[in-house]
Amino acid sequence: MGSLDLLMQGFENAFTPTNLLYACIGVLLGTAVGVLPGIGPAMTLALLLPITYSVEPASALIMFAGIYYGGMYGGSTTSILLNTPGESSPVVTAIEGHKMAKAGRAAQALATAAIGSFVAGTIGTLLLVLFAPKLATEVVKLGAPSYFALLLLALFAVTAVLGSSRLRGFTALFIGLGIGLVGTSTGQPRLTFGSPLLADGIDIVVVAVAIFAIGEALWVASHLRRRPLDIIPVGQPWMSRDDWGRSWKPWLRGTAFGFPFGALPAGGAELPTFLSYITERKLAKNPEEFGHGAIEGVAGPEAANNASAAGTLVPLLAMGLPTTATAAVILLAFQSYGIETGPGLFDSQPILVWTLLASLFIGNTLLLVLNLPLAPVWAKLLQIPRPYLYAGILFFASLGAYSVNFQWFDLLILLVIGLLGLAMRRFGLPVLPLIIGVILGPRLEAQLTEALAISSGDVSTLWSEPVAVIVYVIIGATLLFIIGNGLRTMAANNRKVDA
Amino acid sequence: MTTTEHTSPGESRVVDKAQYGLAAGIGIAGAYVIYDATTLHKGFADQPVQPYTFPYIVGAGLIVLAALLALATARGDVPEAEEGEDVDLTKGSDWVTVGKLVVVFALNFALISWLGWAITGALLFAGTAHVLGARSIVRSLAIGVVLSVLSWYGFYSGLGLAIPAGVLDGVL
Repeated sequence: MGSLDLLMQGFENAFTPTNLLYACIGVLLGTAVGVLPGIGPAMTLALLLPITYSVEPASALIMFAGIYYGGMYGGSTTSILLNTPGESSPVVTAIEGHKMAKAGRAAQALATAAIGSFVAGTIGTLLLVLFAPKLATEVVKLGAPSYFALLLLALFAVTAVLGSSRLRGFTALFIGLGIGLVGTSTGQPRLTFGSPLLADGIDIVVVAVAIFAIGEALWVASHLRRRPLDIIPVGQPWMSRDDWGRSWKPWLRGTAFGFPFGALPAGGAELPTFLSYITERKLAKNPEEFGHGAIEGVAGPEAANNASAAGTLVPLLAMGLPTTATAAVILLAFQSYGIETGPGLFDSQPILVWTLLASLFIGNTLLLVLNLPLAPVWAKLLQIPRPYLYAGILFFASLGAYSVNFQWFDLLILLVIGLLGLAMRRFGLPVLPLIIGVILGPRLEAQLTEALAISSGDVSTLWSEPVAVIVYVIIGATLLFIIGNGLRTMAANNRKVDA
Repeated sequence: MTTTEHTSPGESRVVDKAQYGLAAGIGIAGAYVIYDATTLHKGFADQPVQPYTFPYIVGAGLIVLAALLALATARGDVPEAEEGEDVDLTKGSDWVTVGKLVVVFALNFALISWLGWAITGALLFAGTAHVLGARSIVRSLAIGVVLSVLSWYGFYSGLGLAIPAGVLDGVL
């Protein structure tokens, strides 16, 4: 069966009333949490993981996909009306978008963000549908050595390429790998502190909820802003003919930046949104308008942001490699259904995957239809009293962790790892490498074991496949570049100190 | 954790002393991972990756990173604390509030087996909202009770999971 037939079948499954309902809930919930400060899509998905115990896989994943796309939409609303970039929206949107809002053009800023996200999301999802299955059929042919190398690359890229401090990135990664070691290995308890309750390892749901929700709530509590924020009121978003003329090219260019970057193992939206912003500034007819509310500076980065989100689903679905926090939690959802993620996913779960892909198109359209009229309502959400908001986050985080096993012990672990999350925010340790480390660490060990078992212990098998060799060359080259860069800045700093 | 968190470039070298604590913590964790690995036995004879292989790597990595972090701290490296919509980094850190939240949280897991989620969940919400500055205790309690009872019934009828009811067993 061709991809098109499979996709049509996916649409058929996604258009059942139940699944449409889950798509609607996902989109609305995603937008709401995107708008709400302090809580992003990754945290929301982590809190909602318990529903995977009883809701159908397809329905849950459809809802999760809606939250993923909706969260980005809501995030841009917050940055435009509040001038603070949230977890899931580009920093540059806050720069230009907020200036537009202050100049009385909030409606146009929201409209170009929403329509641009729709355009980019739809094109991005189309590219995803085209590329992911092809990539999966190639990756599935690879042996354990290559897959081990790809896992290493994902861990390395997420840690080394993103974020400002490599040292802190790697520290977070190794803490995550350490948490992933807890459990039982070859029949012996490993790092369990003698507690039988840890023999099955620490549930990743608890880790994710603790790091995302508890850590964040405690961190905000330690620095809670006491004065109210200035929120710019907004009416119904709309755009004039002139705004359309200035927006459509940045949307397409932003998409072209966002998707490939998202699909790379070092996925993430920071780089492509920034590139899109510089490009638009260069190409604009009135570059002096940039920094004072240029609509191109909202249209391009917003499109890049959404396209890169679609792009991150390529390594997730085709290889089982998450490269963003939200993708990591979606992977957890697959795992809690006992679904083997990895290159075999398209073959083993065709109906589920294609329903998910179809629902991405539906969710994207729903977002546009629902959110243009609802924008004033979302803006009101920004006024929710903060004590109730953060008390609510702690409440649902506890409920989510407790519902894993109904053991008070999980709440203790939740608190301990939550305090770790607080410390990480205080000391600038990035959260993403830790989560990816917890998830991929055990798989790294399993792949290595498998590769060496096949070669009966001969280590040279690790570089016996061309793909593995290429991956190691990429890792090595990046590492050299980073070390060289680090030495240069160190030398520059020393010169400054000496002077 | 009293620290200087903000430095503008050009000021003289500021050392974030608390970061030594973090480095020490990571170093100790790394040492413990290695100690734990030494207690593990060989698995099957022909097993290529022994259960202690990865712990040795992770533990060594943690110790090296802790040393590097301590070195960076001494050289005047200060962390970039995370920003957010509701985060105000211009004021000092309010660790008292965090301490109170931890106490409320600990009460929750200490009492949950006995009182059940419907009661401790409500107390958790009301307690944390109060600590965070909600004015009316009565209103916080009311919202907490509604949330915890609704979530109990939501899990029961929506997801088919019965959260242990504690002392309210039979009442809910």
